[in-house]
Amino acid sequence: MTDHELTVNGPTAQKSADEGGSRQYLSFFLGGQEYATDILRVQEIKGWDTVTRVPYSPNYILGVINLRGAIVPVVDPRVRFALEKAPFDSATVVIVVRVAGARGERIVGLVVDAVSDVYSFSDEDIRPPPDAVGSVDQMFVLGLAKLEDKLLIVLDIERLIISSVLGDSKAA
Amino acid sequence: MAATILAVDDSASMRQMVSFTLKHAGYEVIQAADGVEALEYARNNSVSLVLTDVNMPRMDGITLVRELRLLAGYKFTPMLVLTTEAAPEKKMQGKQAGATGWLVKPFNPEKLLATIAKVL
Amino acid sequence: MSIDQEMEEILQLFFEESFEGLDTMESGLLTLDGGANRETINTIFRAAHSIKGGAGTFGFMEISGFTHSVETLLDEMRNGSRGVTPDALQVLLQAVDVIREMVQSAQAKRPIVMVGAAALSSELLRILAQKGAPANSAPAGAVPNAEAAAGAPAALGDPPASGLPKSDKPDGAVGTAVDGTPPVGTLEGWRIVFEPDSSLFKTCNDPMRIFDELANLGPLEVEVNTAKLPHFGELDPTQCFLSWTLLLRCAAEHARVAEVFDWVDANSKIVYEPIYGAAVPAGVPSRPIAELAPAGGPRPMTAAEVPAAQASAPKSGGESGSLRVATEKVDALINLVGELVITQSMLGRFAEKYEPQDIESLRRSLAQLTRNTRELQESVLQIRMLPIGFSFNRFPRLVHDLSRKLGKKVDLKLSGENTELDKTVLEKISDPLVHLVRNALDHGLESPEARLAAGKSDTGTLELNAFHEGGSIVIEVKDDGAGLNKERILAKARERGLVDADAQLSDDNIYNLIFVAGFSTADTISDVSGRGVGMDVVRRNINDLGGHVQILSAPGRGSTIRIRLPLTLAILEGQMLRVGKEIYVASLVSIIETVQSKREDLSCVAGRTELFKHRSDFLPIIRLYDLFGIEPDSRDITDGLLVVLEAEGRRVAMLVDELLAQQQVVIKSLETNFKQVPGLAGATIHGDGTVALILDVPGLVRTFLERQSMQVGRAA
Repeated sequence: MTDHELTVNGPTAQKSADEGGSRQYLSFFLGGQEYATDILRVQEIKGWDTVTRVPYSPNYILGVINLRGAIVPVVDPRVRFALEKAPFDSATVVIVVRVAGARGERIVGLVVDAVSDVYSFSDEDIRPPPDAVGSVDQMFVLGLAKLEDKLLIVLDIERLIISSVLGDSKAA
Repeated sequence: MAATILAVDDSASMRQMVSFTLKHAGYEVIQAADGVEALEYARNNSVSLVLTDVNMPRMDGITLVRELRLLAGYKFTPMLVLTTEAAPEKKMQGKQAGATGWLVKPFNPEKLLATIAKVL
Repeated sequence: MSIDQEMEEILQLFFEESFEGLDTMESGLLTLDGGANRETINTIFRAAHSIKGGAGTFGFMEISGFTHSVETLLDEMRNGSRGVTPDALQVLLQAVDVIREMVQSAQAKRPIVMVGAAALSSELLRILAQKGAPANSAPAGAVPNAEAAAGAPAALGDPPASGLPKSDKPDGAVGTAVDGTPPVGTLEGWRIVFEPDSSLFKTCNDPMRIFDELANLGPLEVEVNTAKLPHFGELDPTQCFLSWTLLLRCAAEHARVAEVFDWVDANSKIVYEPIYGAAVPAGVPSRPIAELAPAGGPRPMTAAEVPAAQASAPKSGGESGSLRVATEKVDALINLVGELVITQSMLGRFAEKYEPQDIESLRRSLAQLTRNTRELQESVLQIRMLPIGFSFNRFPRLVHDLSRKLGKKVDLKLSGENTELDKTVLEKISDPLVHLVRNALDHGLESPEARLAAGKSDTGTLELNAFHEGGSIVIEVKDDGAGLNKERILAKARERGLVDADAQLSDDNIYNLIFVAGFSTADTISDVSGRGVGMDVVRRNINDLGGHVQILSAPGRGSTIRIRLPLTLAILEGQMLRVGKEIYVASLVSIIETVQSKREDLSCVAGRTELFKHRSDFLPIIRLYDLFGIEPDSRDITDGLLVVLEAEGRRVAMLVDELLAQQQVVIKSLETNFKQVPGLAGATIHGDGTVALILDVPGLVRTFLERQSMQVGRAA
C-alpha cells in the first residue's frame, strides 16, 4: 500500500444499492484475517502518521491526529481485540471512517494492517456468523460474506467505532 | 403601468407589511420613513396615492399632507392618513390638511386593499 | 421567497423594532426620573404608539390592548394634562417589562401569558382614573379578547365611551333619522340628500366613488341637482357645485350607509331618510351594543406576580444564533481575502517554475502570506466582537429598581461601553456581572444614613469600567461602600470549617473566601442576594471562559472586583510545555511564573502531599506526568521546572520537563469527533501539523485538590 491518501467517498454518502441490490465493501487485514466494511462509511485511506496521545484513554485509542484541521481520534482494533499486531510501518494504513452519532457525524480513524480490495455483494450474500468468528467481538460482526475464493468477515463498523470512542467497551 | 403608492411610516415593520400587501396586489410601492423623506421624494416624482402614518419624527403625517397639497403635482393625488382609535381628532385634522380620507389602525390587508381600491 | 418566508421576515422585523422601542422607552423613562422633558416624553410616546400599532396589525391583540393604556398615560403626559410622577414612572417601567415579555413570547411563538399584566393594567387604569381624565381618553379602543384560555383581561375595564368601532355612529351626526320611534314596517331603503361643500374635490374625494360604493349595498338611483352651478365662464372645475338625491334600495342599517360618507360628512350636508315597506311587528333592529360591553375587569391571576425589583427577562443577555455585523467589518474582510488571493497566486508561480535564485522572492511571498493570514484572522475575530455596552445597558434600569427597593441612593457611572469583546464571552459574562452589581448594591453600599454617619455623601457611587489591557479585556465593578470586612469573613469561614482556626491567611486569600459555595456574611438574606449561591458560580463562569477574577478592598472606602477575560474564545495565548515526549499548551492567563526548584524548598506533608515553598506560600505540587501517565525526562522535581498556576483562587505548582515557545494557538474541540477528556480543554494544531493538547488548568487544579483532600481524609 503506498503512502498516499485515497479519497473514497464525498461527504454526503447516501445508502443506495445499485442494481441487483448489491453494495460495495472495502476489505482490509487485521491480525491475518480479512474483514470488510460498507464502503459508504469510508471517507479516505491514509498512511500512518504521528499520533498525539490522549490521557485517560483506553490503550486501544492511540490518540488523535490532525486531518486537514480536524482533530480525529485513532482506534487500533488490533489492540482492542488482542490480535496479532503488525508493526507500524509504511504499509500500515488508517481507514478514516464517518459514523453518524447523536450529535452529528464523527470522523474516526481505524488502524489496519493493510487494505485489500473493493468487493460488491448484496445482503443475501451475507450469512449469519457462527458462534466464534475471528477474534473480533461478536457484537461487531454483521455476518460472513462468501465470495468466490474467500470468506470475508463483515463488520458493523459504526458500532465498533462508537463503542471504542465513547468507551462503553468491555475488552474482548 | 402599475399604480404607485407612497407608503410613509417610521416603523419599518409596518412599512414592510404595507408594502408586502400592496405589492402582492400588483401595486408599486415607494417607502419613506418620515414626512421629510416623503416630501423629498414627492418633489421630484409623482405617485398615484399617498398613505401616511400620523405619528412620525421630523415631520408628522398631517403636516406632510398639508405640504404635499402645496405641490403642483399633488393637488389631486388621493392621500390617506393612518389613524388609531385613540385619536379620532386626527381624522379631522387630516381632512383639514387636505387628506382624502383615513384608515384606522390596526387594519388587515383586505381592508387596506379595499380602501385603496376605492380611491384608485 | 415564499409568502410565508416574507411574512416571517416582516414579523421578525417587527419584533426587533419592538425590542428597540422598548429599550428606548426604558432609557427615556429613566432619564425622566431626573426631570420632565417634552422631547423625551414624545419619543417615549411614539415608541409605545408604534408598538401598539404594529402589534394590532400583526394580530397580537394582547400586546396592543395592554400597550393601549400605556400609550394613553403617555399621551396625557405629553399634552400636559398629567404630570410626570415617580409613581407613574415606576408603573410605566414595569409596563415596559411586561410588554417586553409579551413580545418575547410572541417571538418564540408561545402563547402570550398575562402574568403580572392584569395587575399592572388595573394599576394603570387606577392612575388614569385618578386625574379624572375625560371620557375620551379612557381606553375605549381595547379589543375584547374572546379567548378565555389566554387569560387576557377582556376589555380593559371601562365601558367604551366615545370612539366606538365603526358599527355605530354617535347620534349627533348630521341627518340621522333614527330616533328610536318604532318603525311602521320593515326597512326597505334610504333616500339620501347629499350636499357636499364646494371644497370636496380638494381632498380628491370623488362623488362617483361614493356612489359606486353605495351601489354595492343595493340598487341605486342617482339624481343630480345642478341648481348651484354657476355660469360656465365662472366655473372653477376644482370646486363642487353639485348636489345629489340618492335612492338606495337596501335594508342596511343607518350606520352602514353612513359609513360610505365617512370621509366627506364633516364638510357636507347629508340627510338620511329611511323608507319602510309593509308593516311587520318586528321591533327596532337593535345595534350590537351587547358585544361591546366589557367582561367585567381583569381576571384575578393565580400565578405569582413578577417581583418589581427583579430585572425581567434579559435583554441582550440571552444567547442568540446570529450576529449583526457592521458592513465596514465585512468590507475589510473582503479586502483582506483579496490580498490573500494575490499572495496565493504569487506563491503558485513558484510551484510551476522554481529556480534557486527565486528563494529570496519565495521568502518574501511567504512573509506576505503570514501577514495576510494574521490580518485575516484578526479581522474575522473582529466580526464576533461586540461592544460591552450591550451588556452594560441593562444596568441603569437594574440599579434604578434595586436602589429604590433597597432604599439606597446610587449614582451609576459606566465607562468603556465601546470596549469590544467576543459575542459568546459577552453573553456569558452578563449574568455574573448582574450578580456582582447586585452584591455591590446590597452589601457593598451602605444606606444613606450610614454613609452620612461615616462622613460620606448620602449617595453611593457604583462604577462599571471596561478596558483592554494586553490581550485581554478587564471589567471592573467598583463601589465606594463599606468594603469587605476581613474579620467577619474569616470568622464565618472558621465557623464553617473552611479554614483552620489558627491558619494565617493573606488579605487576598481572605477576600477569595467569598467565592466559596454557600458562603455569605449577610445578616439577612434578601431575595436579591445573600443566599450565597452566586459568587462561586460567578467565579466558575469566569474561569470557564479562561478568565480570572480578583478582589481589591479597603475597609470603609469600598471594593473593586476586577475581571480579566480573553478577548476571544477561539484563540488562546498559550505557553507550550513539554513533559517527556508530549507537548501541552497552558493558557498564559493561568500562569503566574515558572521557577526552578531547590531541594530546600520542597517538603512533604502527611507522607503524601508534596509542597513547594514559593515566596511565603506553600504550593501543592502536581506531577503532570503522573496524572497523564507519561514517561518524563526525570522524576526529580529539581531537574524539571515548576510552573506556578493560579486557578479557582488557589495556587499550585506543576512539574514539567521544559518550557517551549509562547504563541497564539487556535482552540479546537476534542468533542467533535472524540469526547471530553478530564484535564484537557481542547486541542490545537502545531506548526508541524501534529496535534498538541490544551490543558484545562482550572479543571486540573480542581481535580487534583479534591483528590488530595480525599486521600488526606482517608489517611486520617
